[in-house]
Amino acid sequence: MHALPLLAAEGGAVVRFPLLTAAVLVPLIGAIVVALIPKRRTEILRLVALLFSGTAGAFTVWMLAAFDRHDSGMQFESVHTWIEEFGIQWHLGVDGISLFLVVLTGVLFPLTLVAVTPKKDPKPYYAWLLLLEAGCIGAFTSLDLFLFFIFFEIVLVPMYFLIGGWGYGQRVYAALKFFLYTMFGSALMLVGILALAFVDRDTKVDQSAVARQQLAQLEQTVQSQLGAGLQVDPALLDEVEILAAEVEASEQITFDVVELADNRAELLEAQQNGDLPTDPNANSWNPLHWGAAKWIFLAFAMAFAVKVPLVPLHTWLPDAHTQAPTAGSVLLAGVMLKLGTYGFLRFGLYLFPDASHFFAPVFLTLGVVGILYGAIVATMQKDLKRLVAYSSVAHLGFIALGTFALTTQAIEGGILQMVNHGISTGALFLLLGMIYERRHTYEIATMSGMQKTAPVLAGVFTLVMLSSIGLPGLNGFVGEFLILAGAYLTAKWWAVVAAAGVILAALYLLWAYQRVFHGTPADDDPGTPDMKLGEFVVMIPLIGLIVFMGVYPKPVLERIEPAVSALVERIENTTDFTEPDAATSGFSGTVVDSHGADDDDHADESHAEDDGHAEDDGHAEDTDDHGEGE
Amino acid sequence: METLELVWLVPALPLLGFLALLVFGRKLGEPQAGMLATAMIGGSFLATVAVFIGLVGEPEESRSFTQTLFEWIPVGGWQVDVGFLVDPLSITMCLFVTGVGTLIHLYSIGYMHGDPHFSKFFLYLNLFVFSMLMLVLGNNLLITFLGWEGVGACSYFLISFWFTDPEKASAGKKAFVTNRIGDWGFMVAIFASFAALGSITYTEILGGAGSLPETTATLIAMCLFVGAIGKSAQFPLFVWLPDAMAGPTPVSALIHAATMVTSGVYLLTRVNPIIAEAASWVQPVIAWTGAFTALFAATIAVSQRDIKKVLAYSTVSQLGYMMLAVGVGAYVPAVFHMITHAFFKALLFLGSGSVIHGMHEEQDMRRMGNLRKYMPITAGTFIIGWLAIAGVPPFSGFFSKDEILLYAAHAEGTGNWALYAVGLVTALLTAFYMSRQVFMVFFGDERFEVESGDHADTAEETSDDAAEGAEAEAEADVDATADAGAEPVEADTLVLHGEPHESPWTMWVPLAVLAVAAAIGGAIQLPFAKDLHFLEDWLHPSIPNEVHLTSAATTGMKVGLAVLAVVAGAIGIGIAYAIYIRKQREPIEPEILAEGWKYDSSISAFMGGPGRKGFEATATFDKTVVDGAVNGVAGLVKRTGEGLRGSQTGFVRSYALGIAGGAVLLLAYFIAQVTF
Repeated sequence: MHALPLLAAEGGAVVRFPLLTAAVLVPLIGAIVVALIPKRRTEILRLVALLFSGTAGAFTVWMLAAFDRHDSGMQFESVHTWIEEFGIQWHLGVDGISLFLVVLTGVLFPLTLVAVTPKKDPKPYYAWLLLLEAGCIGAFTSLDLFLFFIFFEIVLVPMYFLIGGWGYGQRVYAALKFFLYTMFGSALMLVGILALAFVDRDTKVDQSAVARQQLAQLEQTVQSQLGAGLQVDPALLDEVEILAAEVEASEQITFDVVELADNRAELLEAQQNGDLPTDPNANSWNPLHWGAAKWIFLAFAMAFAVKVPLVPLHTWLPDAHTQAPTAGSVLLAGVMLKLGTYGFLRFGLYLFPDASHFFAPVFLTLGVVGILYGAIVATMQKDLKRLVAYSSVAHLGFIALGTFALTTQAIEGGILQMVNHGISTGALFLLLGMIYERRHTYEIATMSGMQKTAPVLAGVFTLVMLSSIGLPGLNGFVGEFLILAGAYLTAKWWAVVAAAGVILAALYLLWAYQRVFHGTPADDDPGTPDMKLGEFVVMIPLIGLIVFMGVYPKPVLERIEPAVSALVERIENTTDFTEPDAATSGFSGTVVDSHGADDDDHADESHAEDDGHAEDDGHAEDTDDHGEGE
Repeated sequence: METLELVWLVPALPLLGFLALLVFGRKLGEPQAGMLATAMIGGSFLATVAVFIGLVGEPEESRSFTQTLFEWIPVGGWQVDVGFLVDPLSITMCLFVTGVGTLIHLYSIGYMHGDPHFSKFFLYLNLFVFSMLMLVLGNNLLITFLGWEGVGACSYFLISFWFTDPEKASAGKKAFVTNRIGDWGFMVAIFASFAALGSITYTEILGGAGSLPETTATLIAMCLFVGAIGKSAQFPLFVWLPDAMAGPTPVSALIHAATMVTSGVYLLTRVNPIIAEAASWVQPVIAWTGAFTALFAATIAVSQRDIKKVLAYSTVSQLGYMMLAVGVGAYVPAVFHMITHAFFKALLFLGSGSVIHGMHEEQDMRRMGNLRKYMPITAGTFIIGWLAIAGVPPFSGFFSKDEILLYAAHAEGTGNWALYAVGLVTALLTAFYMSRQVFMVFFGDERFEVESGDHADTAEETSDDAAEGAEAEAEADVDATADAGAEPVEADTLVLHGEPHESPWTMWVPLAVLAVAAAIGGAIQLPFAKDLHFLEDWLHPSIPNEVHLTSAATTGMKVGLAVLAVVAGAIGIGIAYAIYIRKQREPIEPEILAEGWKYDSSISAFMGGPGRKGFEATATFDKTVVDGAVNGVAGLVKRTGEGLRGSQTGFVRSYALGIAGGAVLLLAYFIAQVTF
């Protein structure tokens, strides 16, 4: 079966138009334009915002259509020198890991703009939203650490004002908490970024020690030749020039993610191959030794763990979600949380395969704890928004589990789940917004029997809820399944425990649904009005995606896969991690002719026969090895 | 082969029906929506028959055909397709799922008459049949799981179909969540299969089961068994099924008797090569779980008063029989009983629905009696169902149950007399409680009134049957009031506005068809000669690991066991006759049994008590400790900042003092560092 024609289009390299730069700059310009529109022209504000946001969204969809699904590297790259002395660049690009996150951002923002109108001050509201969009797309596409950091920080500002300005009762507390908590994480990351860049520079300088020596010698020779009044050999001068360039290049500091990652990978690979001493501390020309990598990784990880958020750093999330206006909640859950999980992939696994592998058990555990803990706490929430917020903690625990299980399936499932969570939780928050419009509260206890008067709302809610629960055939299942099945290969018990999270997910959501939609409305309740046509239309794209990605996720998966395979390969090359054969090799058993074994065979005898097969066939022994962990 | 290619139509038609109803359902209205849905399932049945004929036309060794529609989840080396496996087992399942399904759809047109959500009901029903067909036709574990969860979701929708009643809504949620516990096992089995074999496609994992190490095979088999416990309502997860009776009666017939609940048995039958490779204790565990469930549920059924609750516990008990058969390796008898059970239990449920319908939504058997006078067709068909389940020859249940009991005693390596004894006692109890039901509902005195104000003497009669105490009565009253809604319920006696009536043709035609099937269904597998083992010969390609009988099972022994089973059945019927018709004895209906050994209520008490407290404690922990720490740190920083603010005096002299002090301290430090 072939992919849909639109999605099958190939040839990302031929797009000359700087798509990514445009996708970042258009909403940014939009924000400025909105800010400049006179206050009295409020009626066109929304239209203008939608225009800019829609254009950026169109660019991301164009990018999706033009994406080369066989390429594991960066596509649509755009590189411009920004601050030359520090090697800081405007470097954007996407690969299979970030592709769908960018598209998700591009789609979710215009949708939110259509779905929700602010109660007051539309001008700053739209300006902040557009700035937020620019920041999010920028953060997902930045391939320069410094640039990434700027975008990562920029997004805090609009979200802070959105929560603080358009939120509910305790909005100021929630906004401040959100801002300070995330800032605290990113402050550590800044230190990590600087440390990484400088250590990388030092490494290169050390590596070029030989060249430096040669250069000095050659220069001396040249000097002496000049001093002797001799004609200097032009070949010698050329050599000097080349060496000088090499030495100079080694002294150039860089924040380029790809370059930094490749530099590290080269060293680690050499170490794995035995070309470098295994004790990195003993190695004078590898200052990027284990100790430094560990700490720098943890500095990054701290920022992302807060952002994801991983338990126990999650308590800003329920407050932020509950107090944020609907658009804030949708985008916070749908897009911004993914900055953390995406960060773990791009700046964790990719930059620090060694440290990621080393710390994997910690993050696997935090992920599993998040799944169960988030679900349990969600069950007891009395406020719908808090409940969904805690469900996010559980879902993002799944993503952390997938990321640090390090197998192709798990990581791919994790990426897919980021997109799925964006769609489903985004949709869920939009629906909660509709409920609030009707009931003016999020308190579960005040609602009852809404299905009676609002059957369409109830139906859509049911679908989204089942997607969040992970019902097969809908999007949530595919990601969850891949995460768990992939994690089972390398982290069996974590996966087994995490799978119990699906029970709890059913519990908290169905219970909430029952209390809100089932039963009869209270006597003094005039009845909750059903969904309006406009509201339903907004939900259609999300419903479509929920079903499509559950039934036919292949076009998505095949675009994610090359980048993930390359990432797993990088981890394998640079550490002692080996992906289990079962992840890559497909069916590995031996098919025994079932008809030969039946008539004179019963349960006890078949074991004896089994041993016979095992001896016959090498594959069977392979599978024996896999089974040993039981 | 061409007709086999049609297999995609089998699930496609119900899916089409679902989609059509989703879009046009409300416009179609009653009864067109129901007719459309029924036609779709009927079409699906015809497609199944076509595929069946095609399969019969194939030589036995090539009766396995895979149709792949598209790649579903291809990742790394893994390949999960949306595809169907056509073999005797899956087609047998499809035949009775679509066959019984069509009848129940037809019946529902009458039963759901006048319901404001008429079309929605058929929407769910079609979706359910689609999921069920995916479950049985899937060519890999994950498609089966898709159907597995799909039927669970539909079950949830349909149990809580009348969502305004909190009890019904709770029952739906309970079914879904309890099933999910089993699904957890199913999922782990899928992971383990992938990890061990790199595949979950049936042809590969079943063919490759021989190369599985025993521990892995054991793990997979046990995890799938956990899934089966949930779906097929075995101990300890059966609690959801009796509550599931909150759904409309056709739902109970279709989902909670004939089809969905048998999928656990189907799954274990499907993976029989893996069970064969598992450790030797796996089969006894399955067998004893089944046997215990069968007996346990039968004891509870003895004291139930709700006409549907009796049938619900009876279903749990019969599923226990099937599980017992699977446990001893007697897969063919398991499937045989699954089929006959689908016929007679669907018949019984639909019959009970007809009774409830005729009695204006009354479900308490203590308020019924002598209904055969008012509903002759319902009574006649119900009686056939009763004879079938009670194991009276030559009705279908006799043959299938007898075969399970035979294997329980004489299966080579796995059978033993203890299992047989449990099975036999259960058979006796089954005959008893079913007779009790038939006598209470269709025979004896009328314990209801028809538009008459005179309560006194009927009330006395009722108290004969329900002499246990006022508590039970009060409880029943509450139930009745809740169920009957507008119907006035006075004291113990139901007053009907209008006589109990026979149901319309859409309801009694399915009853009649099912009655015929329940009566003669045993013909598909007759014990008299090897040539008459049609089902066994047919299923042979799908079930290579069927157990054999020991040499002790001579013809004489077989006949002896059959006679014993008939005698047990007769005793059960006899006791019920003596108590409920002749009234020679007070009914034996211990309250503890009526409450299901307090098993369900204990679980509820635990969940509502310590379980809930634990959850609440976690939430409190999150609020006070985890978030408290965050706010604490913030507060600390704030206080420290406020404290230090005092030092920012703005006076140069105080700053100078600070600088001087610092310099002195530094100096002191360096002096201390100097080594002499």
